Amino acid sequence: MNGFLVQQPGLLSLLQDRGRYGAHNLGLTTGGPLDFVAFGWANRLLENEFNATALEIGFGGLTLEAEVETSFAITGAQAPCALNGESLAQWQTHDIGVGDKLEIGFVSQGTRVYLAVGGGFDISPSLGSSATVVREKIGGIRGDKLQAGDRLPCRSSKTARPCRLPAAVRPEYGQSASLRVVLGYQHAAFGPAQQWRFFNSEYRLTERCDRMGFRLEGETVHCDLVGMLSEGICHGAIQIPADGQPIVLMNDRQTIGGYPKIGSVIGHDTARLAQLTPGSSVRFEAIGIEQAHSIHCLERARFERSSLRLEPI
Amino acid sequence: MNIEVAGQNAFIVYFAEQASAAVSAQIQAAVRNIRAGMQDCLVDLVPSYASLLVIFDLDRCDSYSVRRQLRDALQQLDAADAAAGELVTLPVYYSSESGPDLEIVAERGGLSVDQVIEIHQQQEYRVYAIGFAPGFAYLGEVDERIAAPRLATPRQKVPRGAVAIADRQTAVYPAMSPGGWNLIGLCPTRMFNPERNFSMPVKVGDRVRFEAIGRDDFIAAGGEL
Repeated sequence: MNGFLVQQPGLLSLLQDRGRYGAHNLGLTTGGPLDFVAFGWANRLLENEFNATALEIGFGGLTLEAEVETSFAITGAQAPCALNGESLAQWQTHDIGVGDKLEIGFVSQGTRVYLAVGGGFDISPSLGSSATVVREKIGGIRGDKLQAGDRLPCRSSKTARPCRLPAAVRPEYGQSASLRVVLGYQHAAFGPAQQWRFFNSEYRLTERCDRMGFRLEGETVHCDLVGMLSEGICHGAIQIPADGQPIVLMNDRQTIGGYPKIGSVIGHDTARLAQLTPGSSVRFEAIGIEQAHSIHCLERARFERSSLRLEPI
Repeated sequence: MNIEVAGQNAFIVYFAEQASAAVSAQIQAAVRNIRAGMQDCLVDLVPSYASLLVIFDLDRCDSYSVRRQLRDALQQLDAADAAAGELVTLPVYYSSESGPDLEIVAERGGLSVDQVIEIHQQQEYRVYAIGFAPGFAYLGEVDERIAAPRLATPRQKVPRGAVAIADRQTAVYPAMSPGGWNLIGLCPTRMFNPERNFSMPVKVGDRVRFEAIGRDDFIAAGGEL
């Protein structure tokens, strides 16, 4: 099948759908887009299915040559984009023809760019998902990040409704974020003073942030537990090892682990965390599970009603 | 039994303070009940030593209904059902060629290499958890005489099929990976096979026995040295 030919693969370009679910019993993690909000908008602009496969381009640097006539949209981190050398806007649909060259430069704001094509990339699923997890060698093409010469299959699918997402609705990628945390797991083993410190201090992103987890540094936090049994880790869980520095566990986390956890960052905020660069500052805010559900429903409703917000072009 | 919040769409059920065969059987019974009760509200389950993580679909249900379903599912844990998992026998080629740490483990316990091999086979192990890597099954518990702490410096490369001990746990490495466990042999059975529908010979709650085989049988069974 034709599609797109990878000329320059970029630093970490991964084919992703929303993730692999129901395979934790084999020890497989979920994968999927770190910023599912930007991923969702890219597919939405093209009226793709909710779970269509798109590209997560970590830090940019990707060049593709089209072998089909189709439409595409680029969302997420800000990066210079060009079609045959001509500058191109993000957060809207564009058409592309056979032989055209699409360049996505290196990111200037945020870390993950998303590229969706009409109908999605055509990748056969492994255990129900196309999500690439390099550590597990599963999903995408060869279970690996893109390499020069790879072919990204997709059919020809030009959108009948070219549109853009108004600027006011687009996420902003800054240098700081407040992350909402559902208290849980071993939170009771962190005493009141430790919890106060955790929720009232500023933490910085270290260089050691990847798809498994984001390591932060700042005020140390300790808990009274010793010799914990390993247990299941959910998305966004904040693990605090003996050094007292928190790690937020992301999409490619290992499924079980034995470090104490104070709670879990909600999905909408891990998406924002994922777009921050090392040195950025974050704060944590404790919320209850009911409030987390309200936030989820509100964001979901906003997204569902998004067809009302798209501007025709 | 204790139901705690884990995240915006997850609860974790704690069954006991310590892992045991009885707790493992309870968790298996809970897995069956929860699957049957929650159906498409359920996204995924992660059973482990003494806990069960339950991830639910926020678009189909909420924490109130899930907490209630969990309470119901946990009330009727069927002790008869909870008898025991399947018994799986895994062949192992024990030797210093295939298990470079055999002698260290023997020395630690004041045993001969043959005694270590014998003791490792004597026991029936329980699959307490699967994780760390796809297909990595944590088996417990090994006889105290052959328990051995993790290596001070993990190896860069542990071969696929390596049979290993760390403290009172034992496992078969499903793929080549870095690792800090003590290697005592090689198992030719594939623990995780991406080419064959991602099949695994064991699941959490199963029982495992190891059975010594010779070098020739190991090669004949598809083992590589």
